[in-house]
Amino acid sequence: MTGTEGEIYEEYQKYIGRKIAFIFSSLLLLILIVGISASLGSANITIWDAYAAILHRFFPGHIHTSWLADTCVWNLRLPRIMLGIVAGIGLAIAGSVMQGVLKNPLASPYTLGISAGAGFGASLAIIAGAGFIGGEYLIIGNAFVFAMLCSFIIVGLASRKGATPETMILAGIAILYIFSASTTLLQYFGEEEAVVQSVFWMVGDLDRASWSKVTMAGIVVAACVPLLMMKSWDLNVLAAGDETAQSIGVNVKYIRIFTMTLVSLMVASIVCFTGTIGFIGLVAPHITRIAIGGDNRFLIPASGLMGAVFLIGADIVARNIMAPIIIPVGVITAFMGGPLFLYLIMRRRREYF
Amino acid sequence: MKLKVNNIEFRYNSTPVLENISMELDRSEILGVVGPNGAGKSTLIRCINRILKPQRGSILLEGQEIKHMSMMEIAKKLGYVPQTASHTFPATVFDTVLMGRRPYIGWRSSKKDTKNVVEVLKLMEIDDLAMRDFNELSGGQQQKVLIARALAQEASTLLLDEPTSNLDIQHQLEVMEIIKDLVTAKGISAIMAVHDLNLASRYTDRVLIMKRGMIFDAGSPYDVLTPENIMSVYNVEAEVINRNERRPYIVPIRSIRAKGR
Repeated sequence: MTGTEGEIYEEYQKYIGRKIAFIFSSLLLLILIVGISASLGSANITIWDAYAAILHRFFPGHIHTSWLADTCVWNLRLPRIMLGIVAGIGLAIAGSVMQGVLKNPLASPYTLGISAGAGFGASLAIIAGAGFIGGEYLIIGNAFVFAMLCSFIIVGLASRKGATPETMILAGIAILYIFSASTTLLQYFGEEEAVVQSVFWMVGDLDRASWSKVTMAGIVVAACVPLLMMKSWDLNVLAAGDETAQSIGVNVKYIRIFTMTLVSLMVASIVCFTGTIGFIGLVAPHITRIAIGGDNRFLIPASGLMGAVFLIGADIVARNIMAPIIIPVGVITAFMGGPLFLYLIMRRRREYF
Repeated sequence: MKLKVNNIEFRYNSTPVLENISMELDRSEILGVVGPNGAGKSTLIRCINRILKPQRGSILLEGQEIKHMSMMEIAKKLGYVPQTASHTFPATVFDTVLMGRRPYIGWRSSKKDTKNVVEVLKLMEIDDLAMRDFNELSGGQQQKVLIARALAQEASTLLLDEPTSNLDIQHQLEVMEIIKDLVTAKGISAIMAVHDLNLASRYTDRVLIMKRGMIFDAGSPYDVLTPENIMSVYNVEAEVINRNERRPYIVPIRSIRAKGR
């Protein structure tokens, strides 16, 4: 290589290096915020006690902890934090991939009606007592089934001839309205107590966290994310337009169906445990894009970490702003995410929309 | 034989867009496709690249029927240069050109791919734009980036869909010169839909003139771009000045409104 060719090559390596550095910083930030979150609460635990309690279970001989810290962190706070991490990663990555694959900065698990479907499923179980699975998992099972139903409608539309990303977005919005109306109708005729419960269900929160729920959602997210990351090249090429992507050798229709199916599965398995947590899937991808650009190889992992940081941060606020009352985290993400999002679009509009 | 198009037919629903199209591309040359709006120029280019699938006929690419080739295999031989491109989200020039390496990479790009992009940027003299955002570039610069991406595919034939239609005259000439130089230097071919008959005359080796989905005439610019052909295909009275024998200049005089059309 000649001098200038070497220079561009090096400049590009630095550019990639900055993205990797951003991912590592996000990871450190996540570790920090997990420590803060684990230390806050009615029992007095310092951030170091919290880390010690977490690490104690991995290295029992080397790190010492107290019974109080261990119980408090592992039984009470960590399930909540872990569900927050899983939901934050899953929703943010779902948002990134949906925006990429539908080429629309407004796409998110919420705008495509998947959350509304889950909300309807849960309400049906709570108010009418009807559902697919009985017992403990009636509500969760119902929410999952209806969230997947929404996804199938959207993916089914995508596989039809001549379907464009725009039709998928519009279909998502139509589904959102249909399911919101159905939920309202159920609530209108429901008994007061059940209605209150269904409203609470729909405002997303992390209060229902348990290790078994974390494990279930975690397995789905852990299985979907690597598969989505393997398609990051195709998602990059898709950004250049369907025709161009095809001419470069990407099977556009297959990629759209494959990624949308995975993303829907991931979202369904999260919202059925947490309810509707809005704005993570919209804000985290945009912040990450502004920081490191739209290359999906880096955007997918980085936005996942940002989503987790954002959700755990919002949960800290939700638990402490009016303590001992815990505000649903879905409310906080909207209150924090809304103004942040407004600021971002005002500042960066020209490059984005 | 590099490319052989055999009697293809393409229709949208029941409206025929291409009928009985046959053509060949053999050596390193620039083939211009001209004709009025809606004559089927872009559709022909898209059929050759299998972005659209013709209902009848066959297309052989280096002896292989493209129906039986994977999209990646086609992408290694044919590089498509769209008229314009806009990205939903910002992407640097480097990353845009790197997309052209997709047929060669698994899920990680190798050093070889990065080096190939650097070489192509250098060849197209856009290395100074490498880290700029594609959407912020001028039309001429964007067109060069799109050509660079097709080159990164290491394609032996470039398919260009009206590459000069959004450019000022300086950039029109510059892009045409670049394509001509590339074809000569790399021994590749180019099939190019063009609106401007004078650009077609000056830069193509052969011209294909289309009218309502069919090939009306084909041959050297001198043979094809005649007042008679221009009258029948465009309904335009034109004067053709043969300043030198091989590359005529076309001066359109007036539009003739044909009855019943």
